[in-house]
Amino acid sequence: MWAFINKLRSPKWFYAIGARLQPFFWVAAAALILVGTVWGLAFAPADYQQGNSFRIIYVHVPSAFLAQSIFVSMAVCGLVYMVWKIKVADMAAAMMAPLGAAMTFVSLFSGAVWGVPTWGTWWMWDARLTSMLILLFLYLGVIALRGAFASRDSASRAASVLAMVGVINIPIIKYSVDWWYTLHQPATFTITGRVGMPMEMWAPLLIMVLGFYSFFIALTLMRTRSEILRRESNKRWVRDLAGGER
Amino acid sequence: MTLSLTPKRKQKLYVILGLVALAAVAVGLTLYALRANINLFFSPVQIAAGEAPYERQIRAGGMVREGTVVRNPDSLDVEFTVTDYVDDLRVHYSGILPDLFREGQGVVVVGQLQHDGYLKADQVLARHDENYMPPEVAQALEEAGYKPEDFQQKAAEVAKRLEAGEANGDGATSGSY
Repeated sequence: MWAFINKLRSPKWFYAIGARLQPFFWVAAAALILVGTVWGLAFAPADYQQGNSFRIIYVHVPSAFLAQSIFVSMAVCGLVYMVWKIKVADMAAAMMAPLGAAMTFVSLFSGAVWGVPTWGTWWMWDARLTSMLILLFLYLGVIALRGAFASRDSASRAASVLAMVGVINIPIIKYSVDWWYTLHQPATFTITGRVGMPMEMWAPLLIMVLGFYSFFIALTLMRTRSEILRRESNKRWVRDLAGGER
Repeated sequence: MTLSLTPKRKQKLYVILGLVALAAVAVGLTLYALRANINLFFSPVQIAAGEAPYERQIRAGGMVREGTVVRNPDSLDVEFTVTDYVDDLRVHYSGILPDLFREGQGVVVVGQLQHDGYLKADQVLARHDENYMPPEVAQALEEAGYKPEDFQQKAAEVAKRLEAGEANGDGATSGSY
């Protein structure tokens, strides 16, 4: 593990390894999301109570998973940056934040659209919905902090601390439906334990979840690599790279 | 240059972990203090125990008890009983019910508790559980003699059995998972 963290210290190494991994994740993301969308929207059976409106789950659950996972990833990157001063970790965290905010918004929005036909309301201040809204504000806070400082080091430190402290919200989101009475139902789809739907419904959901994660990894690799070039633009190896390609 | 935990890095790590732990304790205590207010609704048990205020806007939640829905044919008035299978709460409502409203369904009703003991609802929201299944599976369950509230525990279990081709529904034990 130390050896891996050691290697991360070199942006050049990350740039090279990212180039090799990136195409694989792009292809996986495109294939999985395409298959999952067609399967989920066209071939999976409708729900016995909700009919076709249940199909929103194929966007809602993957985006909610990603919204929370990206925040945890940001916090881990923040810790690695703060303790070991690894700049690539900070760059990756900075590049993840907009996608995380977007995914949080997508899950809130798709949940609202889903809530109208099933619950009879698009918003309710229950523990799950409110903690998810707080997650959106945390993301916006992290993004704002990065833009608010003249010095990049101060901005990175402030954003890392907010991400690490804000990660407390993640278990609250996850367990809100178990700890309190909420309008939102408990989790259908868990990594371990039972799944509250038959195979022909959850298989496309699993594919969509994997597709969303691949998309997140591919996009983060791509954006971090371009951020490396931007921040290291005065370094020798980047100049050589630019010169070589001209 | 090695990256193992030098004393300086170790100290930094502890400061960060301490900060996060402190924040977690602060948030945890706040949530603990607010635990009653974070609940979206009162259950009929809590209302029967007198925990809910009268004639103030509250939310109550539970299942619609089977066979208690009485509709007025000339208006939108409807009466039903919300239950948590321990205590019951009578609800009076006038308005359009959500599509998912039916007997045996989880609901959240927003309204004011009257001194006569019933709740005058302004809004009825449907809850649904975390289980989804195709209509054919639901129908097979019904034919096998399950009641709607059994669906929640047995749906996944029975759906699996149906897939395996043993659709007779025999040997159903209580849903232990």
